Amino acid sequence: MKNALGVVDSVVVLGGRSEIGRAIARRLVRDGASRVVLAVRGGAAADAAVELGELGATVTVVDFDALDVDSHERLVRSIFASLGDVDVVVSAVGELGDQARYEREPAAAAASVRTNLVGHVSTGLAVAACLRAQGHGTLVVLSSVAGIRTRRSNFVYGCAKAGLDGFALGLADALHGTGATVMAVRPGYVHTAMSAHVPPAPMSVTVEDVADAVADGLRRGAVVVWVPQRLAGVFAVLRLLPRSVWRRMPT
Amino acid sequence: MFVEADHAQRALVSGWGRTVPTAATVRRPRSVAETAAILGSAGPRGVIARGLGRAYGDAAQNAGGTVIDCTGLAGMRVDPDTGVVTAAAGMSVDALLRALIPHGWFVPVSPGTRQVTVGGAIAADIHGKNHHRDGSFSEALSSLRLILPSGEHRLVDRSDGRLFQATVGGMGLTGVIVEATFRCIPIRTSRMRVDTVRAANLEEALALMAEGDDAYRYSVAWIDLLARGPALGRSVLTRGDHAEPAELTPRDAADPLGFDPRVRLSVPPWAPPGLLNPMTVRAFNELWFRRAPRERRGEIQPLAGFFHPLDALAEWNRLYGRRGFLQYQFLLPFGAEGTLQEIVERVSASGVASFLAVLKRLGAASGGWMSFPAPGWTLTLDVPVRPRVLGLTRDLDAAVLAAGGRVYLAKDSVLRADAVERMYPRVMDFRALRSEIDPQRILRSDLARRLEL
Repeated sequence: MKNALGVVDSVVVLGGRSEIGRAIARRLVRDGASRVVLAVRGGAAADAAVELGELGATVTVVDFDALDVDSHERLVRSIFASLGDVDVVVSAVGELGDQARYEREPAAAAASVRTNLVGHVSTGLAVAACLRAQGHGTLVVLSSVAGIRTRRSNFVYGCAKAGLDGFALGLADALHGTGATVMAVRPGYVHTAMSAHVPPAPMSVTVEDVADAVADGLRRGAVVVWVPQRLAGVFAVLRLLPRSVWRRMPT
Repeated sequence: MFVEADHAQRALVSGWGRTVPTAATVRRPRSVAETAAILGSAGPRGVIARGLGRAYGDAAQNAGGTVIDCTGLAGMRVDPDTGVVTAAAGMSVDALLRALIPHGWFVPVSPGTRQVTVGGAIAADIHGKNHHRDGSFSEALSSLRLILPSGEHRLVDRSDGRLFQATVGGMGLTGVIVEATFRCIPIRTSRMRVDTVRAANLEEALALMAEGDDAYRYSVAWIDLLARGPALGRSVLTRGDHAEPAELTPRDAADPLGFDPRVRLSVPPWAPPGLLNPMTVRAFNELWFRRAPRERRGEIQPLAGFFHPLDALAEWNRLYGRRGFLQYQFLLPFGAEGTLQEIVERVSASGVASFLAVLKRLGAASGGWMSFPAPGWTLTLDVPVRPRVLGLTRDLDAAVLAAGGRVYLAKDSVLRADAVERMYPRVMDFRALRSEIDPQRILRSDLARRLEL
């Protein structure tokens, strides 16, 4: 169970190859979480499992296909049944991809949206039902500033994040008063292997910064967490820029 | 649909610190039979009994399960010659006192608020300003009626050995307490004769209490946890006994057993957060310390002012805002005064604004396996929930554990399960008994889940 300072016992990461997801799990285990489930395609997360095990957690790896939406409800239920009480579920599946390729290959673009949004909707709703039944717990959704106002340079990735952000906030409202909560995390540019091919934007952060913000958000019961926090103010302004200006913003 | 039929009856339940609310179905029975029926129809996530919700953490909440609000179980009778009271578990200390004081009886243990129930008093094995002389609530308890997880109604007393010792201080996890019989203290007036003395620092406070406590029935120290340097741990000790009729003023003597305390003020729901911050608390502490007399003897005070000063301010927990707060109460055995000094230094250095800080010298332990009080010093402090607080509570936990102390479960909202095992040596016996009488874990609370009880 979560304690009054946001320290939790059990963590599930849907998308165990996500560097941000792993960083969040590491931070929560360091703070005191003792049980982790990593859900990843093909069950391939041995290195992450070892790392978290060395930090003191009992780690289970399960096979998870983000694209196979028909399997999601059953998988989520079995994870909850095995853990008993789940404090945090991180919905971390995501791929940045290559905008230029997406514009050339529409089918690839659609596939990336399935990965970045569609799978989250089915798992998210299944998780929400389980959290509701247990009367507590938080679904952490990895949104992005890329979804706050989509940009010419990465709008395929951005539109999926925009959808995901809307889903997270709507779900948060649906769960209001049930004891279960949703946290939409909106990082700016995060230094990962996934983003290595894109030049860093200003106010970039590390995966540990995102993990710290999530841990802090769990203590505060926050619904929206920007990383870094000051991006909230930045985007409040950026959202108001006329289209002619936004279109010309540096990528 | 998320709003399924049974889930529609759920409410968010939290402790007095208003942290970590979870959703449960709250039922409020009016009779013992109804209570037993609710226990019997418990769902997969179990039930826990709840009183007036003054536990600071998650002892009286049960995520996804049922919470039995026992405040509807009322009624009491008293033997006017012996002062033995039999009361329903939902009776509050406030209701008891209003009924008993006019007839010359006082509860055997009064905590800092009158808003606790008899059931809660037993489940937490509460202690008060008279612990050094009279022990905790269970010392005055002759028997209690328990509904066991099996549905059996049992009258439990000390001859039941294990079940009695597991139930007092057992945080409601052995069954639902529905009634209790206990001895009261005879009094002849509703006033107190109080001696007040200021201690310039912690060392002086400890010395004064060690030397002088035994001359009084009641003793407690308000401590300034923001003071630094030579004034570290400066305190105001208030100690006293029930006043005799001859000590009353003529006006009071006309109604020697009058007792009708009022709520003077209520903190509204919209109270802005940040009212209790290091600046305001430091200012308050300075005022409070200076206003206390350096030494005053024999002052006659009303009961409520001596025992329950905060009850005059309803909903005072709202002053901590939406984020809530936690209360950290621990004890250190005699001999660990050095650790106590270090802890007070650490708290003072952290600048955490603790509105309520109390120091008391405790006496002998009761036999309760999970009961908190034991000989030593107990310090209680409020801690607003802020980022650096996690480090502070971790440091305090480590210091308390290293010195062989423990944390009070009725206040706790941050301990980990491994720490509980070291603080409460009988926890293995407690778990074993639970497995025997409650194999399906029908009695369950968020505290039990968090601490693996």
